[in-house]
Formats: sequence, C-alpha cells, structure tokens
Amino acid sequence: MKQSSLDARLSAITYARFTQNLRPLFVLALSLILISCGTSESNVEAGNRTGTLHWGNGTEPQSLDPHIATGVPEHHIIVALMEGLVHKDSKTLGPTPGVAESWTVSDDGRVYTFKLRDNARWSNGDVHNAHDFVWSWWRALQPALGNLYAYMYFPIVNAREYYEGEVTDFELVGVKALDDLTLQVTLDNPTPYFLQLLDHYSMFPVHQATLEKFGAPDERGTRWTYAGNMVGNGPFKLTSWEINRAIEVDRNTFYWANDEVRLNKIVFYPTENTTTEERMFRAGQLHYTNGVPIDKVATYRDANDPALRVTPYLGTYFYRINVTVPHLQDKRVRRALGMTIDRKRITENVTKSGQIPAYAMTPPNTRGYYPPIDLSFDPEAARQLLAAAGYPNGEGFPVTEILYNTNEGHRKVAVAIQQMWREHLNIEVKLLNQEWKVYLDSESNGDYQISRAGWIGDYVDPNNFLDMFICNGGNNRTSWCNEEYDRLVLDVAPRAKTQEERMAIFTQAEKMLMDDLPVLPIYTYTTAHLVHPSMKNVADNIMDMQSYREIYLEGADD
Amino acid sequence: MLRFALSRLLQAIPVLLVVITMTFLLVHSAPGGPFSADKAVPAEVLEALEAQYNLNQPLWQQYISYLGDVVRGDMGPSFKYPGRSVNELIYSGLGTTAELGFYAMLVAIFIGVIAGVTASMRPNTMQDYVPMTAAMIGICMPSFLLGPLLVLIFGIHLDWLPVSGWNQIPGDKILPAITLGTGYAAYIARLSRGGMLEVLSQDYIRTARAKGLSEFLIIGKHALRGGLIPVVAFLGPAFAGLLGGSFVVETIYQIPGLGRFYVQAAFNRDYTMILGTTVFFATLIIVFNLLSDMLAVWLNPKLRQQVRGE
Amino acid sequence: MDANSTTLTAEKGTSLWEDAWIKLRKNHLAIVGLGLLVFLCVISLLTPWIAPYGYEQQDLLMGATPPSAEHWLGTDVFGRDMLTRIMYGGRVSLMVGFIATAVALAIGVIYGAVAGYVGGRVDAVMMRLVDILYALPFMIFIILLMVVFGRNLLLLFFAIGAVEWLTMARIVRGQVMSLRKQEFVEAAHSLGLSQWIIIRRHIIPNTLGPVIVYTTLTIPSVMLLEAFLSFLGLGIQPPQSSWGLLINYGVETMEEYPWLLIFPGIALSLTLFALNFLGDGLRDALDPRTAKD
Repeated sequence: MKQSSLDARLSAITYARFTQNLRPLFVLALSLILISCGTSESNVEAGNRTGTLHWGNGTEPQSLDPHIATGVPEHHIIVALMEGLVHKDSKTLGPTPGVAESWTVSDDGRVYTFKLRDNARWSNGDVHNAHDFVWSWWRALQPALGNLYAYMYFPIVNAREYYEGEVTDFELVGVKALDDLTLQVTLDNPTPYFLQLLDHYSMFPVHQATLEKFGAPDERGTRWTYAGNMVGNGPFKLTSWEINRAIEVDRNTFYWANDEVRLNKIVFYPTENTTTEERMFRAGQLHYTNGVPIDKVATYRDANDPALRVTPYLGTYFYRINVTVPHLQDKRVRRALGMTIDRKRITENVTKSGQIPAYAMTPPNTRGYYPPIDLSFDPEAARQLLAAAGYPNGEGFPVTEILYNTNEGHRKVAVAIQQMWREHLNIEVKLLNQEWKVYLDSESNGDYQISRAGWIGDYVDPNNFLDMFICNGGNNRTSWCNEEYDRLVLDVAPRAKTQEERMAIFTQAEKMLMDDLPVLPIYTYTTAHLVHPSMKNVADNIMDMQSYREIYLEGADD
Repeated sequence: MLRFALSRLLQAIPVLLVVITMTFLLVHSAPGGPFSADKAVPAEVLEALEAQYNLNQPLWQQYISYLGDVVRGDMGPSFKYPGRSVNELIYSGLGTTAELGFYAMLVAIFIGVIAGVTASMRPNTMQDYVPMTAAMIGICMPSFLLGPLLVLIFGIHLDWLPVSGWNQIPGDKILPAITLGTGYAAYIARLSRGGMLEVLSQDYIRTARAKGLSEFLIIGKHALRGGLIPVVAFLGPAFAGLLGGSFVVETIYQIPGLGRFYVQAAFNRDYTMILGTTVFFATLIIVFNLLSDMLAVWLNPKLRQQVRGE
Repeated sequence: MDANSTTLTAEKGTSLWEDAWIKLRKNHLAIVGLGLLVFLCVISLLTPWIAPYGYEQQDLLMGATPPSAEHWLGTDVFGRDMLTRIMYGGRVSLMVGFIATAVALAIGVIYGAVAGYVGGRVDAVMMRLVDILYALPFMIFIILLMVVFGRNLLLLFFAIGAVEWLTMARIVRGQVMSLRKQEFVEAAHSLGLSQWIIIRRHIIPNTLGPVIVYTTLTIPSVMLLEAFLSFLGLGIQPPQSSWGLLINYGVETMEEYPWLLIFPGIALSLTLFALNFLGDGLRDALDPRTAKD
C-alpha cells in the first residue's frame, strides 16, 4: 500500500513537468496534418481544363490485342486506339465511313468493294492501305492465336474453312486487295449485317511491322501492345499502361479525322467495384462510370439527377433449361415455368434499373425486328399445364436447382423466381451459386438443371440471338435440338432476298424457339452510367457505343 | 547472431517447398480452368492454348518444370494477361503493397505506442480509459466497415481526401493507411500499455523518479526498451496480418497492389500467378519473422544469451 | 484485530478457481461481458422458436423499410425482417466462432500437451512443424481453399480452425513444459501415479487457465475472419446469413438504408466487446500474481 502511493506521488510530479513540455509539439503536429489535407483540383476540374476525359472502365483489360481480347472493357479502349473499315453512327447505328471512305455492294449482295481513304495513316506516320487489312485478317484467322471471335469472319468465303484447317491457302479466302486503296470482300451469302461486323474490334487491322518486331504473328501475347510499342490507326495512341492502375491514351495526330477529335487525352481506370466507382464519381475523380450500384439507381432517379443515364441495351437476361433432365423434358412443364415468372415485379422491385420484361429471346426493335410474343404471366393457365403434364398442384415435382454465378444481382433474381414458383406452382426450387469459372464449366458440360444466363449482342441483328440455339452450337448448352429451326436460321434466312423476307423467317424461327421454350427470357438489359454534366455528346444507343470523335468536355458546371 | 540467421534461412527452404507443393496441388484440383469463357471456345483453339501453356502435360511433369523455373527465379507467364509474366505483375503490385503496408505499420506503431504509453502513465484514470476504449473499438471494427465510413465522411461529405487510388492524387495514401493500420494500432496500444505497466512498476524506475529524472527521460531511456518488447514480438504476426488485411483495403480503395492481384488470380484460375504470389508472400513472411525475431533478441539481453548458447 | 479476542479464525482456503471467480466478480466490465454472452447464447439457441418472422419470409414489394412497430429493426431490400435476420445471423456467427475455435482448441491442446509432456526430440520435431506452418501465408490458403472447394460451412470451420491452432499449441506446450518440472508432478510420479492420471488430474487443469483466456480471445478474431471472407465473397453463403455478411450488405447501402448496417454492426461489436472484456477479465483473474483482496 505504502509503496504504491509513493509511486503515485512521484509519477505525478514528473508527469506534470512532462505534459508541459509536450504541449507545443502537439500543436505543431496538429497544424501540419491539417495543412497537408488541403484541397487540390479534382480530376474532373483539371480534365475539363486540359481536355482529359476520366473514364471508369470496369475490369482491367486482359489484352489490347484486338484479335485476342474478348470483353467490353477491352472494347472501350481498343476503339480509342484502332479503327475498322466502317463505323456505326452513334444515333442510328447505321454504317458510316471509317478507314473506308466509301463502298459498293454487288447486286447479289455478296461482293463488297471498299475504297479506302488516301490520307489513312498509322500512329507512327506509316501509310495505311488495303494490304494491311488482308494481312491482318490473315493473322486473325491463324488457329494458334486462339481468336475467340473468329466466327465474326465466317460469312466470308472460306474463312471458316481456313480457320478450321480444311483450306490451307489463304488466297482462297474471300478477301483481296485489288490495289493499294481498294479492298474486295466476297461472302458466302448476302449478309445484311456484314457492315456491322466490320465495326467489331476482332476485324480491326493491326500494324504488321510492329507485330513482327516483337514475335511471330500468331504468337499469343507478345509485347507489341505495350505502351511505347503499340501502333494503331485510331484517334488516340497508347501512352501508358499501368496494370490495375490506369491506362492513358493521347491524341494521335496522324489520324485522318484528327481535326474533328476534341478530346486531348483519355484516362481509363479499372473500376471493378461499382460502389467504389460511384464514390469516385461523387468525389470528382471520374467523368463517366461503367455502372451504377443497383440500390443507388433509385436514389439518383428520385432526385432527378441528370448524371444518371439509363438506356436499353442489346442483351437478354434469361434462364437456360437443360432439356435432358427428365422432369423438364415435357414442354408443358417448361411453359408453366415460363408463365409464372412475374417479370414486371422483377424489373420494378428487384433489378430496379429500368429493365424491360422480355417474353422472347431477341430484344424488341433490333433494327426494326420485333419478336413474336405469345408468352405472358398467367399463373392460372400455368397450373393447368403443370397438372396436364402430370404434376397437379406441384405434387410429385422433383426439387429443381437453379444455378447462377456468384453475384448479388443474380441471387436476388433467383430468390424472387424461387419464391414465385413456390407461390404459383407450389414447387420447390433450390439455389446453387458457383464462382464464374466453375459456373461456366458446369454450364458447358450440361451439369445443371436450370441456369442463369445472359447474352449481349455483338451486332444488331436477330441472327446474333437466334443462331445461339442451333443443334450442338457452342453457345446452346441446353441440349435442345430442332432441325427445322436449324434449317430456317442457317439455310433459309441467309438466302432471303429482302430484309422483310428475312425478318419473317426469323419470326418463324423465334416462334419455334418460344414454343418449345428451352430458355426462359426474363428481361432486356439496360445500361446505367453516371455522367458528369461537363461531358457532352454522350450517345445512348442500344449497343452502349460511345464515339470518342464526338465527345467533348465543357468547363465544369460546379 | 549470424549463425542464428543462417540456420533460420536454411530452415526456410523446406517450408517454401511445402508451400509450393500444397499450392500447386490445390490450384490444379480446382474446377474451372483459366480458359473457360462465356463464349464457346472451339476445341482446337482450347487445345492450342493449353499446349502453349503446357497444361496438356501430366501433372507431375508440370510440377517439376515449374520447380525448375522457380529456382531460376522465373515464375512463368500469367494466364489471364497474355504477354505479361508473373514476375512483372508481382513487381508492379509489390511496390504499392509494400508502401501501403509500411505506412499502415507506421500508423499502427505511432498511434499504438503513443496511446499505450500514455495510458500506462496514468493507469485507471481517464487517460487510461479513453485510449483503451478507443483501442477496443479499433480491434472490433473490421476494415471493410471502417474504410467506407471514413470514405463517406472524409472523402465525400467533407471532401478533404481522395476516395481511391494510390500515388495518383495527393493525399490518397492517408485513408487506406489509416484503415489498414487502425486494427493493429489497437493491438499495439494494448500490448505497449501492458508492457509499460509491468516495467513501470519495477524498482529501478521508482529509483529514477526519486532521483528527480524527468518523465520524458524515464520513459524514453529506461522504460521503453523493456516495455516495448511485447510490441516487437508482435511485429512478425502483425506484418503477416497486414498482408492479409491489404486484400480488403486494396479492394475498397481500388489500390493496384499485390493483394488485389492475388484475389483476382484466385478467381480467374491464373495458376502461375497464384503460385507466384503465394511463394512470394511466404518468402516475405519468413524474412520478416526472422528480422523481428532478431530485433527481439537484440532488445532482450536474456534472449541474446540464449541465442549465443545455441 | 480486536485486542480482546484470543482466538484467530483461520481463513477458509480457496482453490484457484474460486479465487479466480472472486476476482472476476469484481471486474464489472467482465461480468457485464459474461452476462451479455450468456444472453446471446440463450437467444441464439431459442431463435427458431422465438424469432418473430420466418427465416426466408420476404415481401418484394415492400423492400427495405426503417424500423417500425411490425418490424422492430426494419426490413432489408427483400422485405425480410431484420430482427429475424440478425437473430439467425447471430446463430451462425456464434456457431462459426465457437466451433472453429473448438477445432483449434482440440488440435492445439492435444498437440501442445503431447509435445510439452514428452519433450526431447519428439517435442523438437513437433515444434519445428509448428514453426514451418507459422510461416505460411494463411489468408492466401484460406482464400484458395474456399475458391477451390466451394464455400460450405464445414470447410470454413476447418479452414479457420487450421489457422488458429498453432498459437494454442505453443501456449499449451509452454505451460505443460513448465508444469512438468514442478514439484507436485514429481511427487505424484514418485507416488506411483500413471502418466495418464498425472496428465489428466494435474497437468490439464493447470493448463486450462491460459487456454481459457486464449479461447475467449480467439473467438472474436475468428468471427472477424469470417466477416473478412464474406467481404471477399468466400464466407457464409446466402440464403444463410451471418453478422459479417449482414454488415457487408449494410455497408453497400450505408447511405440509403443505414439501419441495415447499424443493427448488425452493434450486434457484432457488442459481442466482440463482451468476449474481449471477458477474456481480459479472465486473464487478470487467473493470474496468481494479482491478489484477490
């Protein structure tokens, strides 16, 4: 006892002296901290001043090689660095001149002759002409390259055969440079959407000398795409690429339309986490976001905030049904399932971003095509169908499993549908989520009963949605096979003489698909972005395609 | 001392071997390969891709060749990013994560020691309760909760600090370092308080006080050295914990560090990247543990004798 | 002392445990922690019977609503009652905490006791193994395990338990080694008691002190580890929920629906506080150096 009070008194004395000496230090430290937290110009403000666009781009791109890349984030960057023969108009999505300044189509619709512009240049000043295209398309079809988009080339005569090794002489493939500035392409069938295909990055040209400097043309992943090495023919050139940090592209003064381009620089940020991205936007670090967190869409919408842009997107969210599963083989069962999904409730209460309920596979107004609808939300009729198929009031219906890739949004939809089927059909459904790669494997191996899926169109034409489901098609994965459907889509439609005839054939095919219902369409996608008011000429077409030639930045409004 | 360090380093080799083997087996038994994609991959293309990366060889062969490469320091090409090697990716993420860890550690030590020492100077008073309760809160609040809160307050509402990035905007290191370091600051505060209390109750301290030495000298010159031993012992595990915690912080703040690479690689089945990062982290932890053990020995004369006798 | 009294009343002897209990009782924070813990455990056990709503009961149209008379803690974006979710989440979180710690405990105690008691070369080898495992970057392995083998609850227990047993083994080993050299053990040995009885009756009870303390301090870090894994998408999977998962959801909608974060956050924090205070209190109580009066 005595000792501790002695301690206490001693320490009290020394302590008092101590704190007195400490006080000035404390004040100094505090003021230093406060000073260093000063405000500096935000990215957006600086960007508006210098013409630098700060763009949130989703995941880090795997590769900027247009013949290897496969994703949408890659697309946004590649189209800044490279360009194809033909562009798309940002409002109508119709073809506009790219490297080709004009073209003619033969009467039978199979031969396209492109006249390239004479002032086309690569970003290092080299002359850019038709031979580049022939070489590039040769390179893109080399099997060792592993170009997952090679099928874009297949309308061209012998392209598929060359890729699959049946034809070994590239001279037989239907692309020729008639002279330096004239490129002639010959197709197997008249393909009305061919010009759209040319705007896809897998058909962009690459600079031969650069590629050959860094390795064999069919060598996958050489260093030619690195900053400082890359040469492209687009409005910008690659200045820096720091993985997971930022990709910077600067104006390409050799671009033929350089005078029209108003942006000086674009910085692409890898924003995987949408919540963080939204915060970055609010903190003035981004002009444009890749997406918007679902729960915030309503907040922005209710506040009538003009930063929010929600636009219909060319894609369908649907469920695949594995038709080899015994209790799912009867098409009445599948129909009953399809008729008891309350799509309106899902889009309004679950996904909440302006999505549109889908009752067919192809989105409505796909360049004038409206799919036939004979599916609707009708629980009463569904119950009768289920009873007729042998499961009155859901009795005896085995527990079915819905597979989806791990993602909160998909889970919400699956939970809602699980609830709906229980409520309207009295059947039990389990949910299984797998991580992306595992889910892909399960789906391709048919290791599922019902699986969540999504399909974004590569070009605006019903063919892109309907040719998924041909027998044994790689993108079918439902084991559904209807030879008549195949005939319509693969044989008859390509040979149609007019667009109307073609659309009519597609309508027939789609009716078949929707009658058998190996897939349950749920909604048509929308895209949601946050756009800073100083960013102008942002397009809202259904392919979510922006034109860097048109976008410009105005002095900040804040 | 040198023999101690050398023997520890030698022991590290079998450890690394175990790590590599375990990771290799785990990674290759995972379902879903690096080339599955949602667009159908034609069989020939898949074959060509797998051949390029030697995935079509039997497993043991892949293992041996990988070991051979690692010994030479070559961790192989990344599967996810064609054209980039694992070494390159690790190198690009390493500097960032190291910096983040370093600043977080600074925050942790600085705040933790000051809080703990202050608390120990006046035990069982407000000066003790306030820092210790704050420490408790720091321990119980996970970084994925603290981070967004800080971001909301300081980044958005007050607009003082940036909300993402590292080395891209001035001041963008502050929030991530604080988020990561706070939990460890709390532990260090408790540890240093405990250590200091023990030391401060010793006779020689009382003597020093009675002799009229200033509090500053007492603490700085006499008490700290012994009182901070538990903190030094904690540094090793703290470092390992920081590496793990960096995954979360890097995700919240979009920091291009090794932790984020690792999580992505795991999800993408980027085999070589996973293996490379694991080996790398294991090496780091071993080295850091060694350093912190050496520091502990240096500080504690009793341990030093033990080591000399070894 | 009364000068007139001639007898000295002998003080009643107390065992280590009784001593500890008396000391603990004086530590108010620890007692509050203990009480809170008991309360939570009881509620968790009774949850299936006392939860106000069904576990999966949802109302999509209602969506997230703030606290009200029907839903004391509000509802989440699916229209599920938060009080129910928190109660069920608590069951899972506490279960993960207790079971994973129990796994660590079981492995660690046995391993450490064997190493400490047998000593010699066996001990050297066993401890070398522990040193090796200590060097492994465990976060990495757990992530890999969860990614490779899918996310099921059992694997989670195993994975977490496999990380935490090392320190437990070290502590137990140290304790056992020092106990083994004590006189009372030699005495028991010379009395002819078998090794096993010595271990069971003398060594283990005396090791329990630090083990109990460490256990109460491991449970919170296990619960936090589960929350971290949930953040990365690798922990408890929906439709099950844990406090960690609830907090993660709440963080995302922090500004729109703050109650989704506040209530699970309070629940988790209070539990962690309780465990930490209890652990601290136990440590002080079981430390023979601090006097009980």
